[in-house]
Amino acid sequence: MPSVVEASAPVIVDIAGLHKSYGDVEVLKGIDLRVQKGEVVCIIGKSGSGKSTLLRCINGLEVFQDGGLTVDGRPLLHDNAAAMRDLRQRVGMIFQSFNLFPHLTVGANVMLAPTLVKKSARPDAAAQAHRLLDRVGLADKFDAMPDQLSGGQQQRVAIARALAMEPAVMLCDEITSALDPELVGEVLRVVEGLANEGMTLIMVTHEMAFARKVSSRVVFMHQGRVHEIGTPDELFGAPKTPELQQFLSSLHN
Amino acid sequence: MVDFTLWDILRNLLLAARWTVVLSLIAFAGGGIVGLVLLSLRLWRERSFARLFNGYVGLFQGTPLLMQLFLSYFGLRLFGIEVSVWVSAGLALTLYTSAFLAEIWRGCVAAIPKGQWEASTSLALSFYEQMRYVILPQALRIAIPPTVGFAVQVIKGTALASVIGFVELTRAGNMIANVTYAPFTVFALVGMCYFILCYPISLYARFLERKMNAVRR
Repeated sequence: MPSVVEASAPVIVDIAGLHKSYGDVEVLKGIDLRVQKGEVVCIIGKSGSGKSTLLRCINGLEVFQDGGLTVDGRPLLHDNAAAMRDLRQRVGMIFQSFNLFPHLTVGANVMLAPTLVKKSARPDAAAQAHRLLDRVGLADKFDAMPDQLSGGQQQRVAIARALAMEPAVMLCDEITSALDPELVGEVLRVVEGLANEGMTLIMVTHEMAFARKVSSRVVFMHQGRVHEIGTPDELFGAPKTPELQQFLSSLHN
Repeated sequence: MVDFTLWDILRNLLLAARWTVVLSLIAFAGGGIVGLVLLSLRLWRERSFARLFNGYVGLFQGTPLLMQLFLSYFGLRLFGIEVSVWVSAGLALTLYTSAFLAEIWRGCVAAIPKGQWEASTSLALSFYEQMRYVILPQALRIAIPPTVGFAVQVIKGTALASVIGFVELTRAGNMIANVTYAPFTVFALVGMCYFILCYPISLYARFLERKMNAVRR
């Protein structure tokens, strides 16, 4: 069931007039997007449409040239290390390639940021890590090394690691694209669980069935712009623009 | 005419070999520290320090060590700074070693996938925390074999310090050859001394490399 969010829910990510270029190439040509607390927003579109770049702007992995972006009311200030550190504690991110720290155990991966950034005491961080690993179905892997796990398991550890910072928003950048088909389901189930618990999620995904199932809104990006936006039923059921119609029909072939 | 036994020659060479070892240690320790500072600056403020770093590395990699030794010996004198050969040789070898080590280590840091930086950035880690807990522990593992391998180059490089009058293994060999009139014997022994110093280090570097590849699998 798609997450339904009341219109009065506070805005958690507010993007206004965002422009981003790589040299002469403008990849984001003025993005406006407001995401409310508890919303699940899926961003779809062809590769090169700027969807991953947009996602990476939200936690400052990419620097944008023009426009504004606030998370939880705090503006994103690239040159202010303290402000970025504060903002990144509110924004979790999960990557296509998992990016677990290969030299640390699974438990240490989850505990690292809370102990360093939030100054959590080690026993507290360990208890939290055990809890989170249990939640993603990996309670018995606390002492395992990342390379001993399957891709799906590694990605679930990455989710637990991001959750350990108790973020207000979670960014998911094609998190199932590097997985073998049979492992996709276990990761999506965890993400769906997060959505049902009210976590605000912004996902770039190619899993259309999943997007349709869990999104409160779907954003279709085309050539650096938000081309169409609406509920999953509107976008998947009755796409208005020819670009979206073409994109959706190309998926069925 | 005095007769020198083989033992006389060897004993004197071994005494001089001490200074080869000490000079190597100074160069390696000093070069390691300076190299680490250079690398940290470069990683910390990529844009401001990249050119300075590349210039420094290029300068020391692009000129012969012999030239650097001459410049450090005569250059300092030119400015009226009277220094011993120890300082001249130590300074030149330290700078030379720092340039090579910094470049070797920069390559090792660059070999860490970008995703490690991105993941640790996303988790709100500061630059220092990223380096200390995520990047360097991984870079260190791949840096050990080439670093140990370079130590061999430094030991052999100290032979050049003989040209500014630093009495180490090579210079001692020269002096002994001049009084014994047995240059072949003397330099064969000198070569042997270097080999005994360097070969175990090469072997150790190879061992570390194998061990690391085994871990990675």
